[in-house]
Amino acid sequence: MQLTRTQTARAHSRRSLTDVQIQVLFIAPTIILLVLWNIFPLFYSLYLSFTEFSVIKPDVPPAWIGLQNYNKLLSDPRIWQYFTLTGRYVVTTVALQAIVGFGLALFLRERFKGSGLITTLILIPIMMSPVVIGLFWKLIYNPAFGIFNYLIGYSVPNSGPDWLGEASRALWAIIIVDVWMWSPFVMLLCLSGLKAIPDYLYEAAAIDRASPWFQFWRITLPQVAPLLLIAILFRTIEAFKTFDLVMGLTGGGPGDSTELIAVHLYRAAFTRFTTGESSALAYIILVIVIAVSNLYVRSLNRIRGES
Amino acid sequence: MAVSTTSVPITYATRVDKVGARYQFTRALRIAVVVLYAVISLIPVFWMVTAAFKSRPDVVAIPPKVFFEPTIEGFISLLTKRVLLPPGMIEEYKQRTDLNFAERIMAERGQRITGPSQYGQRLLNSVIVASASTVLSVLLGVLAAYAFSRFNVPGKGDLLFFILSTRMLPPVVVTIPIFLMYQQLRLYDTHLGLILLYTVFNLSFAVWLLKGFIDEIPREYEEAALVDGYSRLQAFRKVVLPQAITGIAATFVFCLIFAWNEYAFALMLTSERARTAPPSIPTVLGTGGIEWSAIAAGTLGFLIPVIIVTFALRDYLLRGVTFGALRK
Repeated sequence: MQLTRTQTARAHSRRSLTDVQIQVLFIAPTIILLVLWNIFPLFYSLYLSFTEFSVIKPDVPPAWIGLQNYNKLLSDPRIWQYFTLTGRYVVTTVALQAIVGFGLALFLRERFKGSGLITTLILIPIMMSPVVIGLFWKLIYNPAFGIFNYLIGYSVPNSGPDWLGEASRALWAIIIVDVWMWSPFVMLLCLSGLKAIPDYLYEAAAIDRASPWFQFWRITLPQVAPLLLIAILFRTIEAFKTFDLVMGLTGGGPGDSTELIAVHLYRAAFTRFTTGESSALAYIILVIVIAVSNLYVRSLNRIRGES
Repeated sequence: MAVSTTSVPITYATRVDKVGARYQFTRALRIAVVVLYAVISLIPVFWMVTAAFKSRPDVVAIPPKVFFEPTIEGFISLLTKRVLLPPGMIEEYKQRTDLNFAERIMAERGQRITGPSQYGQRLLNSVIVASASTVLSVLLGVLAAYAFSRFNVPGKGDLLFFILSTRMLPPVVVTIPIFLMYQQLRLYDTHLGLILLYTVFNLSFAVWLLKGFIDEIPREYEEAALVDGYSRLQAFRKVVLPQAITGIAATFVFCLIFAWNEYAFALMLTSERARTAPPSIPTVLGTGGIEWSAIAAGTLGFLIPVIIVTFALRDYLLRGVTFGALRK
């Protein structure tokens, strides 16, 4: 390091940037853009969350009502029900994606003839817009003419389950689509992690006659963990915000069986136009997401530190 | 370097416990599972692609029609505006001799073409917005990720968490203040407005993912370059960037896909000039029910550019991370 420093110092004397200048130049654009595009909306939403306001009545200025919005939301049992539902949805769908995605990556790790093609084909669902996917799966799930029931063995129209029409099934129907769509994302990140594992770790394990299980738990998993956790982190955040897929498939129904918190929020903000109250709900969601992500990031850093 | 007891180096693929019948069997099993998954997961895609070439009754036929007479009705529906002909006029209209090919197909359905749809323009908007924002977010992301990876930036952990947290607020809520802000700045319904918004939206992902990749590139390479008299910038350009190309390609593809498919912001922040394809595809609703074949045709046209880009970058995506080879 000492040598490096003198060398860089020499380089600086020739028209070059100092390390500090590089840090500022490289990081500043990102931070400035993020601050401009987030701080204002964030604080404005926070302000609105303490007011009675509706965007469709722009002449009526926001009226300060303190914590009333929060009070109302936090004492509403339905909100907690939607949060529980969202929690169940997030945990189920992200866990399934992690298992399916990681499994596929393990299977695809060794190249075989056509493995590149297979990998590209598996990635196709991510490339389609969630709204279009929602629309299309509605057609696929249709009990009268959809192919889903036909393929699982109900060849007579309307004899199979109505996936989107029954409260007990609708959430699972959405989970199936979400897992189908996003497992390849986890797979791709895991795959690049797997391919980066240096061979000498396995060579050493092979010399020690370590069992495949031991190799998996002690080499493969810890080495892939950083990228796997980034994938899980982003999927968790996104799953918590799931909205376009649900809007396309069920619109929150039947009843409120698929009313995820983001869908509820959309309705409050753009159907009932209770802007103040929906801003408060958004803040409650934000706090929860930040708390969960924080736990993730900590474990991510811990795993990074170990490996 | 690992100590190897044999003269032939043992790699993951040729490990001693990886030969013999049992290994061959599990390998075949693995390939079978992956192929099966690919086939099952492609059924909905296949269904959508074929629906684009099906006539209206064929789309909803049970048993499902795998073989059918292809038609371009869906594409005509997608690219035109049509009105329903009044019942008395249908036969009369069909008799006309000045109808072109597309008009005759629609006349069979009792519809009259009144003009082109805006699908082409919307697709072009998508291309402009998605490509510009992807390039911008990857560029800014690479720079920030490099600085975060290599320097002890003051407040690094907090800055990184701030960057991540910008992705946590549900878009539905940010939209209201952004809508007000965009009206003031005259960014509402402009390409620039969407480009900047998508760049911001993707930056957190780009920075985090790229930092993950750059962290894995050993610092020794740059240090060696610095010793050789390179400046930091030269070392970054000539040593780090080529090594990070896999990560850059993967990030590029994901940012492109996110920007390309974004729906909520586009719906609420554009109207005519800058509207992209995703909010317009679901509006291809015909007279008398959803026109599945038109939606499928629109989706297909929308899917092809992304597939081309992904295919072009597949080597980078699938090669795995290049430093894997270098770390051996």
